[in-house]
Amino acid sequence: MNIAVCVKQIPDPAAPYELDGENHWVVRPNDQVLDDTDRFGIEVGLQLAETSEGTVTLFSMGPSGSLQGIRQALAMGADKAVLIDDESLKGSDALTTARILAAAMDREGYDVVIAGMESTDGFTGAVPQMISEILDVPCLSFARKVDVADGSVTIERQTTSGYEVVTAELPALLAVTAGVVEPRYPTFKGIMQAKSKPVDTLTASDLGVETHVGQTVASVTDVASREAGEVVEDQGEAYLEIVALLEERKVI
Amino acid sequence: MTIWVFAEEQAGSPTTGSLELLAKARTLGDASVFYVGEGSDSAWATLGDHGATKVYRLDPGDALPSAGAAAAFAMALESDGGDIVLFGAGNTDRDVAGRLAARLGKPLVAGALDIDTSDGVQVISEILGGSKSITTRVTDDSPALVVTRPKAFVSEAVGGAVPEVTDVAMPDAGRSSATITGRHVEASEGPDLEAAAVVVSGGRGLGSAEGFTMINELAGLLQGAVGGSRAVVDAGWVPYSYQVGQTGKTVKPDVYIACGISGAMQHVVGMKGSSTIIAINKDPDAPIFALSDLGIVGDVHKVVPQLIEALKAR
Repeated sequence: MNIAVCVKQIPDPAAPYELDGENHWVVRPNDQVLDDTDRFGIEVGLQLAETSEGTVTLFSMGPSGSLQGIRQALAMGADKAVLIDDESLKGSDALTTARILAAAMDREGYDVVIAGMESTDGFTGAVPQMISEILDVPCLSFARKVDVADGSVTIERQTTSGYEVVTAELPALLAVTAGVVEPRYPTFKGIMQAKSKPVDTLTASDLGVETHVGQTVASVTDVASREAGEVVEDQGEAYLEIVALLEERKVI
Repeated sequence: MTIWVFAEEQAGSPTTGSLELLAKARTLGDASVFYVGEGSDSAWATLGDHGATKVYRLDPGDALPSAGAAAAFAMALESDGGDIVLFGAGNTDRDVAGRLAARLGKPLVAGALDIDTSDGVQVISEILGGSKSITTRVTDDSPALVVTRPKAFVSEAVGGAVPEVTDVAMPDAGRSSATITGRHVEASEGPDLEAAAVVVSGGRGLGSAEGFTMINELAGLLQGAVGGSRAVVDAGWVPYSYQVGQTGKTVKPDVYIACGISGAMQHVVGMKGSSTIIAINKDPDAPIFALSDLGIVGDVHKVVPQLIEALKAR
């Protein structure tokens, strides 16, 4: 079984993000990290590969940089990666990203496509659905439990009041939530092996995808932040301050 | 201008999110609704009351709606035209929006807090945890597809007439078909999280699922609702319906009490509109304190039980 997993290298979320002054794009350092939300999709893919003697291929679009984030994903156990890095793709919207990733998956072949629900740095939260439409496969989204057997897949799809059980034939795309599985930590062996696993780098023209930009950033301004109020260290009676504030706000 | 609103049915009625979208749509132009669900006379009356002048109804039955709804919606847009299509933040909203954008080859702008049509279509949203406001101009031909944040607009009954309702057949989604074989409701107690005047939320700092016993008790004493951070939902301590934040619910209560929540960007986006914020966290450097009206640096397992006793004693 060919298992395609979407991953993204993002600037370390622990450091404050910067926007470039001209285009308002997120500044991307050479060393980017694997988006933590991708680890869940990778884990689902690895577990599926273990039971189906499958191959896990990572698909990613963006500046390669040092490939640190891709190596982190390979270190978990993925077999190889296809990275689309092209200067003309800078500032691409979600639809261009989806077209690129779908074209790369079509070229490599897939039985299951797995993605997270949204990236930590962009969070449009639409790329998995767009890929599904382009590939003409079902989009089993908001999946918190996944079961693949005998050519079909069944998930628990989160809803506002609970969940739905949804089933479809393969090929299908699974967009998973962070609760779906516990991602494994890379082993030392995995980290060493990741250094020599194949990473194919492609351009938009290799895939025959024309970039099309249908939106531009007109302006970016600072939002006035809330003013921090009083911060008190609890010496055993700080709860009284809460009681006083609740009285003042007429909640009690 | 023709503005389309995507409306999903929930428990026999249009979602509150879709009624919020109608409030904006009717100020921008003529409001049409693409409704996914069985529908009823009362549902049509509600939509009309909120400003819808035309409704297309698609009943997906037991099919997962996204692929079929996107195909049918694309046909409706082609036949009737449309300048802007508004989606809420619901899961089916997002699924249909993404598939429709790819089908039409149109850009999709997400996270919208407002839309300005005075000079083309411009979408206002916030990025980087709400620290920056960004205005995105849609340069492509219409329709512009926009996914909004919950509670970006306030729903308002304006006493409109019952709209004309047209049935649309569910197209065969072919290879993209998926079937819903079961629907399960996970019970949550107390008032509605999104409407409650007081919200008490718990985070990883509670240490375990058992920590929510005192959070429930405190919320009960304040007639409030219980919420949680993504971390505790992911850990399975509370169901997803409790989640407050970017990928969960947006709440704007009079008082929000954050217990053992550090204040990650993802959480803050969903609660920073609260009138008063009270935070209890043992880490003095927790980002939640930067937006709290009252911050208590202390152990939630000491402060919350003391607070509960004090409230009971009143």
